[in-house]
Amino acid sequence: MIEILSYPFMQRALIAALLTGLIAPAIGTYVVQRRLSLLGDGLGHVALAGVGLALLTGTAPIPLAVVACIVGAVVVEILRQRGKASGDVGLAVLFYGGLAAGVFLSGISGVGAGGLAQYLFGSLTTVTPDDLILIGLLAVVILVITLGLAPQLYAVSTDEEFARTQGLRVRLYHIAVVSLAAVTVALAMRTVGLLLVSALMVVPVAAARNLVRGFTSGLGCAIAIGVATAVGGAAASFYVNAAPGAFIVLLAIAVFVLSWPLSYLIRQRRAAAVLPELVDDDELVAAHTVTESHPHRHAPGCGHQPVQHGDHTDFIHEGHRHAAHADHYDEH
Amino acid sequence: MLVGASTVLAAEDLTVELGGLPVLRGVAISVRAGEAVALLGGNGSGKSTLVRTLLGLLPHQRGTVQLFGSPLRDFRSWSRIGYVPQRSAALFGGSKVKEVVAAGRLARRRLFRPLSRTDRVAVREAIAHVGLSEQLNADIARLSGGQQQRVLIARALAAEPDLLVLDEPTSGVDLEHQRVLADVLGGLLTAGASALVVLHDVGPLGALIDRAVVLSDGRVVHDGPPGDLGQHRRRLGGHEHLDHGEGTAPDHDEHERLLGGAVEP
Repeated sequence: MIEILSYPFMQRALIAALLTGLIAPAIGTYVVQRRLSLLGDGLGHVALAGVGLALLTGTAPIPLAVVACIVGAVVVEILRQRGKASGDVGLAVLFYGGLAAGVFLSGISGVGAGGLAQYLFGSLTTVTPDDLILIGLLAVVILVITLGLAPQLYAVSTDEEFARTQGLRVRLYHIAVVSLAAVTVALAMRTVGLLLVSALMVVPVAAARNLVRGFTSGLGCAIAIGVATAVGGAAASFYVNAAPGAFIVLLAIAVFVLSWPLSYLIRQRRAAAVLPELVDDDELVAAHTVTESHPHRHAPGCGHQPVQHGDHTDFIHEGHRHAAHADHYDEH
Repeated sequence: MLVGASTVLAAEDLTVELGGLPVLRGVAISVRAGEAVALLGGNGSGKSTLVRTLLGLLPHQRGTVQLFGSPLRDFRSWSRIGYVPQRSAALFGGSKVKEVVAAGRLARRRLFRPLSRTDRVAVREAIAHVGLSEQLNADIARLSGGQQQRVLIARALAAEPDLLVLDEPTSGVDLEHQRVLADVLGGLLTAGASALVVLHDVGPLGALIDRAVVLSDGRVVHDGPPGDLGQHRRRLGGHEHLDHGEGTAPDHDEHERLLGGAVEP
């Protein structure tokens, strides 16, 4: 591990992979919740128009791809909101128009369509310091919005009409989600590539849903899987000399495949628990949740059912378990 | 109609077309403070369209809507309204009960702030109100239809609203929990809240209803004490037969049940 950190290009590659692994599942959670799993794939095509334009004008490809992607995403969303995108034909025209424009522009720029390959499949080791600064800044924006506005984005993507009766500007939130997805796609073209970025937005989210219960836990778990597979895949590809983008996506899919038997085991464990419905959260990492002010002292015969839990005794209290800890009760 | 501080919801001459077809034709409806109004009518009579229009979820072509004295366009105090939509449209996949219910606090929350202690207490209390405390962390997709309906009711209660707008809250809820819901609603009404309840049939909520509004084919055909429905039924009987061709009017049996009458078959 020390060896690969001594190469500056690998340092940049690992940081870029880390950032991609953070942001793709973070925004992907909302995209999947809205059943737009293939949006990222379509936006990847649109990003190529930006890359083609960059090749033609001799400028940096990521900023132009970001702009092309956002424009494409917002057009798609507005078409959808006005009910004009029915039948998916409008989307198909936009997406293949982007792909054709990218190939066409790269052709007349003299680079040729072959020059697009590194963006289609990623070229992690060619990330420049400037790229890294841009990726870092935009990743902060994406994380602040996807985590900071999680309650609002959750409401908007699960029940649009109810969200409107909470005074939320639903259309604005929808446009924000697709725009952030667009930025993610454009940024990921260096790491996993435009053809595979959608996988990193969707697969960790799907795997997380098998492993943990609840939207918030799912968001956290998806990000953890995204980071682990992106960094792990990038590092491992250095040693086996494989394409990092493909390695990362295959790792994520392996986690997804493993999540099925794991979810079965988790359910088995839950069924074996004393009071299955009453067992509280099953987040992978058990949090230290302190119960709110609780004047009652639990003791055998206090009226709350005692349950042996490892090395101590919990008491069933209103549907969850209380465990004595110093001067308060933890919720187990 | 007198529109003042005591009227929490008022609509006049409300006309809504969906896909070029008239669904509401000049509807007037009001809910006064502390009042429980039932909105009745057969399938396709426009009940859900009306409540969704009143909340600004559907555009209207003509007429006015006022919520708490403000025109709908300027209304901002959304925490005063608790909406229970018909169960179905939402994509809650993988959510915990408490996460769904917490969305009911959004109108009271500021951006980029975590749930406050007050929010958490309101969420727990709302869930306890509908008898789901043991399912706090359950996956909503694994609950029965009736339990899911109660989760949506808890979400509306979490806002601690002054006006509850419920679209068929009793559909799919067993009789025992319809009574639980009636108790919850009764408690809120006693505390000064108002309610507009779309109902397919009155059931255990009947005793709480101060006034019944009956829609038929996009028009109000009755607006008065629920006790007058029997008399109205006979008057309505003649119209219904004329309307049957369009398939929008309630069928006779349904009307029988709806109005709770036991007159002629």
